[in-house]
Amino acid sequence: MQYMLIFRETDADFAKRTDPQHSNAYWGAWNAYIAEMAQAGIIKSGEGLQPPHTATFVRLRDGARDVQDGPHPDAEEHLGGFFVIEAPNLDAALDWAAKSPSAHYGSTEVRPVLPPMAPPAA
Amino acid sequence: MTETDARRAAEGAARDSYGRLLALLACRTRDIAAAEDALSNAFAAALRVWPEQGVPNKPEAWLLTAARRTLWKVGRAAAVRARAEPDVALVAEDLASAVAGDLPDDRLRLLFACAHPAIDPAARAPLMLQVVLGLDAASIARAFVVEPAAMAQRLVRAKAKIRDAGIPFATPEPDALADRLQDVAAAIYAAYGLGWDDTPTGDARGLSAEAVFLARLLVNLLPEEPAPKGLLALMLYCDARARARRAPDGAFVPLAEQDPGLWSRDLIIEAEGLLTAAARAGRFDRFSCEAAIQSAHCQRGVTGGTNWTAILTLYDLLSVRAPTLGILVARAAALCEAGRPVDAQGALDALPKAAAERYQPYWVVRARAHRRCGDHTESTRALDRALALTHDPALRAHLLRSSW
Repeated sequence: MQYMLIFRETDADFAKRTDPQHSNAYWGAWNAYIAEMAQAGIIKSGEGLQPPHTATFVRLRDGARDVQDGPHPDAEEHLGGFFVIEAPNLDAALDWAAKSPSAHYGSTEVRPVLPPMAPPAA
Repeated sequence: MTETDARRAAEGAARDSYGRLLALLACRTRDIAAAEDALSNAFAAALRVWPEQGVPNKPEAWLLTAARRTLWKVGRAAAVRARAEPDVALVAEDLASAVAGDLPDDRLRLLFACAHPAIDPAARAPLMLQVVLGLDAASIARAFVVEPAAMAQRLVRAKAKIRDAGIPFATPEPDALADRLQDVAAAIYAAYGLGWDDTPTGDARGLSAEAVFLARLLVNLLPEEPAPKGLLALMLYCDARARARRAPDGAFVPLAEQDPGLWSRDLIIEAEGLLTAAARAGRFDRFSCEAAIQSAHCQRGVTGGTNWTAILTLYDLLSVRAPTLGILVARAAALCEAGRPVDAQGALDALPKAAAERYQPYWVVRARAHRRCGDHTESTRALDRALALTHDPALRAHLLRSSW
């Protein structure tokens, strides 16, 4: 099965990316994690994302486009990146999620990917 | 064998088959709902066919084959997406089981799927009762005091999660087994507790027996592990005292005032045996430790007294290893009985307020500790809070008794 690992981080975590005090540790942890997944040959796709202040929200309401500067005001944690991996079952996917740096300080969500061509179960 | 015994034996056998068949049907596809439908079709077919053609030699194998055919048909109809290999494998397995006759027992894998950490804890026990024992959703809802629609929703959601999220039907790896087993045992014990706490005529009453059935099953499926034996021992010690818990007029009789002559010797002996066997594993197990406390209480039947120091030592251990609210409050009660009411109050004060304030035993122990310290005003206040949280009339009457 394929699972998406969704990494969520707080504003403070995002700040570490460029903070001279913390950026080495921050990127070191992510690089090591990604290298381990790549080594295992399970990565289908994945990207890191720019911080939440770069986000823009778009909604169409009554035909009119409503564009708003992000991030989403209600969220404490924001999407920092994702990987789609191949894993035999949820337990294996959870093991990979537990190794992610964001599981230690933010959260990592695990979601099965819709199988190709599969209509929703009746 | 009385008629009741016979019926119980028949029901037990049916329950045994139901879980076995469902486990075999669901383990490969992980689709519990589809397996349930196929199995109920197979039972319906059996009711039509068996009266005419006679009961087959191997009724379980017959049911399994009929249910698999349904699953196969549904699977084929549902899909160009259907992968061919599993179907071929199913047919091969049908042939194999028809020849072998004896069905493999996949119920352990089913239990681990039901109590997977990714499943809502509130859904685990209901799911086990429905899937492994074949209880219907309406009676489960009644026993758990949940609206039938809400319970149905909870069960549907859990089954969809198992199917769609890829929750494995597998016995966990050795390094994870003990932890995962705690989740299975905790779900079974939750069902037992609901039955135990219910009034003698309540809807949840029967749950205790179902939980004991599941615990026995777990002991048989994992004979090397201490937790199932500890869990079963704990339940049997409680069951042993069932007859002594109520006076002939229905009044509640607290443990300390129970007549040990009314306790079931057979159940206590069985529980002692299980506890001894569990201890051979030589590692801490929460349920064995709780069972050991019950064993100490049952010693009163032999020695005439209760060794509160020993009980307190066991609670000290439990409160470090498994600090649940129930255990921490029970430890405070043991402190009080061991002649340390001031320490008991301190232990109660240290508990998280929000959860403790809605927990009836917390207020009962609080009232008792205050009374032991001579503070009758505070004791009465705590007792009032306890009464407000007590719904069983017999228990209310007991709390209101002046001698309490």
